[in-house]
Order: sequence, then C-alpha cells, then structure tokens
Amino acid sequence: MDEVRILSVTGNLGYGFPEKSLLEGASRNPHMIGADNGSSDPGPYYLGSGQHLTKREQVRRDLGLSLAAARRLGVPYVIGTAGTAGGRPHLDGFLDILDEVSKRDGHRYRLATIQAELDKELVKKAVREGRVRPLGPLPELTEQMVDESARIVGQMGTGPFVNALEAGADVIIAGRACDTAIYASFAAYKGLDMGLAFHMAKIIECGAQCAIPLAANDCILGTLRRDHFELEPMNLDMRLTPTSVAAHMMYEQPDPHHFFEPEGMVDLERSHIVSLDPRRVKVTGSRLVSTGKPTIKLEGVKLRGYRTITIAGMTDPRLIRSVDEVEKRVRDGVARLVQGTLRPEDYELRFIYYGCDGVRPIRGAVAHPHEVGIVIEAIAATQQAANTVLSLARSSFLHGYFDGRKATAGNLAFPFSPSDFEGGPVYEFTIYHVMEVDDPDALFPVDIREVA
Amino acid sequence: MDADTRILPNARGERLYDLAEVLRSKNAGPLLITFDVILPDAATYRRVVESEVLTPELIGRLYDLPPADVQIMAFEAANAIKITIPRTGPTSGAPGDRDVYGAQQHVPLIDILIP
Repeated sequence: MDEVRILSVTGNLGYGFPEKSLLEGASRNPHMIGADNGSSDPGPYYLGSGQHLTKREQVRRDLGLSLAAARRLGVPYVIGTAGTAGGRPHLDGFLDILDEVSKRDGHRYRLATIQAELDKELVKKAVREGRVRPLGPLPELTEQMVDESARIVGQMGTGPFVNALEAGADVIIAGRACDTAIYASFAAYKGLDMGLAFHMAKIIECGAQCAIPLAANDCILGTLRRDHFELEPMNLDMRLTPTSVAAHMMYEQPDPHHFFEPEGMVDLERSHIVSLDPRRVKVTGSRLVSTGKPTIKLEGVKLRGYRTITIAGMTDPRLIRSVDEVEKRVRDGVARLVQGTLRPEDYELRFIYYGCDGVRPIRGAVAHPHEVGIVIEAIAATQQAANTVLSLARSSFLHGYFDGRKATAGNLAFPFSPSDFEGGPVYEFTIYHVMEVDDPDALFPVDIREVA
Repeated sequence: MDADTRILPNARGERLYDLAEVLRSKNAGPLLITFDVILPDAATYRRVVESEVLTPELIGRLYDLPPADVQIMAFEAANAIKITIPRTGPTSGAPGDRDVYGAQQHVPLIDILIP
C-alpha cells in the first residue's frame, strides 16, 4: 500500500466535533477512523476512582456519529485510552456505551478489546529485577509503592493494535495506550515508514489542535505516503501553515525535536514542513531511531483519603488583612476540638485565598484586594472524618476572632446552601515510571468477539 | 526576593508578554511544566534568542529552582522557545497542588524584558 488516509475525528472522543467535518472526512475515503479518549492531564482521580472525565451523553454522541461513518465505509474504527484513564473500569464503562450505540444503530462488526491494567505481581517482579526507573522527579519504585497503589496501567504501543488489525477487527477499543499508537499502528500494519507515521500520529491525535483557528474538537485527515505525509483540517473554515503545525509539535512536550515511544525515539531534527496550499501542509524527514530494549510507561495512583471543601468570599478590609491570624486560630481550634478522635497527622486542612495567592505565591508586598475568595479543604481517612474537620473549620472561620474585628456577625459570605461539598476519594500519582520488558505486547492481551 | 528581580537590573526593552504571540504553560505529564514562547515572526524570534535574556539562571530565579533543573530549547521551525521545569511541590492533582493542568504557571515570565 503506497498511501494511507487516516481520519482523526477529535482530540478526545466526547469533546464534540462538528458533524459537517466528519462528513467531509468520510468523503475522502479514509482507510481508518480513530480517536483518543484519555489523558493523564485531568489528574490522578480518574485512574484511581475508575470514573470517566467525559460523560456518557457526550461520548454517546461522538461515538455514534463516528462509528456509523466507519461502518458505512467498512474501515477500522480505533479508540485509545478508553474512559479517560484506560484501566479496567474505564474500558468496561466505554464498552457499555459502545454496546448501547451498536444496538441502537444495528451495527455488526468484529470487536477487539485490549486491556491495559497491569497485575501488581508483574510490576513487583520488574522492580526486584531492576527493570523499572522513574520518569522525572519521583522516587525509585519499590514493591511497597506497588502494593499501596489503587491501580496501575501500562501505555501500550502499536503492537497490540496491529495484532487486533491482523485478527480482522473492525472496531478496536483499547485501554491505556500511547496517543500515537491509535494511528501509527495502522501504518505499521500496512508496512509504511514508522518515523513519518509516528510524527503524523503525534499531530493528529489532538484533532485539529494544530490548525488555525485551533480546535481539539474537530476532525483532521492525515495522508501518509512512502516518503512524506500531508495534513488537512476537515473543517473547511480552518487552515494549516508550517508554523501552526510546528507550534503544535511543542504542545505538552518537553522537547519539540524528539519524543519517545515504546518502539524507540522519534527524531524530528530533520523534519521539514512545507505549505501545499493555504489549507494543507506536507512533512518529510522524520525518523524513528531504535533505543534498544522496549520500555512501557507505567502510571499508578495511591488513595490519599477523602475530601470535603467549602467556598466563600470575604470583603471586610480588616478581615482581609487578618486572614493569617484567623487561619491560625482556626487550625488550633480544630485540633483542640477533634482531640481524642483525630491526631494532627490524621487529617489535612488547607486554606486557599483566591485574589491573594490562590494560584501562585506572589513575591514582595501586594496591595490588599477588595475581595478575596476562600476555599477551605479537609482531607481525612474517611469521608465522615473529612466532613467533620471541614465543618469545624468552616464554623470556626465564620465566627473567628481577630484583633480589631468590627463585623462580628460573620467572616464569610457563602454563595451556597449547603455550604460544604464532598469531593470523594483523593488520589496522588505515585507511579510514573518506565519498565523494561522483553515482549511488550504480552502485557496487553487482545480479546476478539463478534458483535451482531 | 522582591518583585523587581523579575526585571533584569539595567534592562530596557519590551515585555515578553507583549512580544509573544503565544505565551503559555501546560503539563508535560504530571511531573513537568512546560512553557511555550511563540514569537510572531523569524525576526522577533531571532531578537529574543540573540538577546540571551532567557537563561536557566533567570528562569531558576523566577521559579525558585536550581538552573540545572531548567531546560531551555530554541525551536526555529515554530519561531518559538520552549522552557521545561519540574514540579517541585505536589505532582499534578495531588493534595496541595493548585493547578492540575499547569495552565496558569506562565505569569512570572510575562515581565521579562527583551532589549
């Protein structure tokens, strides 16, 4: 095959793409249609809890339209990192929506599902054998950290997708996957150049984010040939320039010239982007360089407790100047009131002052703003304990004394009743490591079944 | 450290915020924050690069990091400069983090003056 046309419908299935763009894309007779459905960006909660960031109705809409387009054309439909984090409950939740849509629309196809949740014993064995190393500023992985994690996923590369395509899958729903693998696997399956394929996949996995105006929730077509690829946004009001595409190559990447995949390093030092017309670009020169033994990126999170918060505003000028004093009294008061039930190390209490330094610490003297928003956060081992700590902190802050206080009826303006909100379980990324493996595909079993 | 250290001692020039077409921060995974400074054209890009104002020492001062932790790369194809730093506090979304996506961490860069 000398030309492969791949349609990426959106940067995240559920964000909502224009139907017109999808129809335009389908009219180009793509050989494959796909979308990413996950990311670690929304934080550790999704991997830990099994919840999805995109809601059922959103996914149902995008999935319904794009799956129908793929089935009409009779081409593979591929989803990576199903259900936001790509663990077992995420994949199962996504498959439930797929089942609903398929029954509704009467689709028949061969379905491949690929699990990405990893067995803890397998990861512990790799730790014992010294095959795991941290990515960036995290401690070395220990067996204890593995045991303490709520869930661990591995990011699959192209191999498991290729296995599914070779098994004749019409629809592939994968757990945690490298974003590029969704699209690059089709090029691997057809035997095209993988340096170009990975580069093209890296761009189109974000939908039309590389276009002007940029939009992650729109469709883009990638056409891969033997020695180059072309890109074209499927929204006819959008265009691409070499600069817009190059700028996108920086996005969320520490190094715009190189990125790493389980298959090796993609070297863009000699990539060259030229304009074909006002809406299309052509890219040459991207290369895949082998980096030795294959590695799989691991993501894992640990449960830190349960969260309750309250949100309020403050506007009294003396109060705004005295929040440090009030906060200290509240902390001391809460510690005193829970004595005998909770030790200081059993809960976390935080005060965020929006309008002062809620997002970033400010250096030097700052003028006092006329209003300050406050978020009080309690985290404890149970939801009930967090509720109690937050409730005590909230009432103590509301009625807290400070020198020179004039507004003695209350310190906080609450916008809501009830004032307190349960945030549920709180997680933290503790595993963001790479694991060397002999056979990366063996970690991601492909399950095939017929849907009728 | 006071607010004045953001601006170089004897520097004159234009603010990076005014020169750049895009000046943004974002997670590069849950452990790193990456900044993109995209200039509108090749001439402005050369002006910023050749000024040699953006150094690991300056970025380190602005973000309380040792210069060795700051990675700066010029990216001519996009008329852009990329700066990447580690998250030194909680990882993305962990208790105590204030910016899960890392999307509002660029502000210390905006007052840097480019001659």
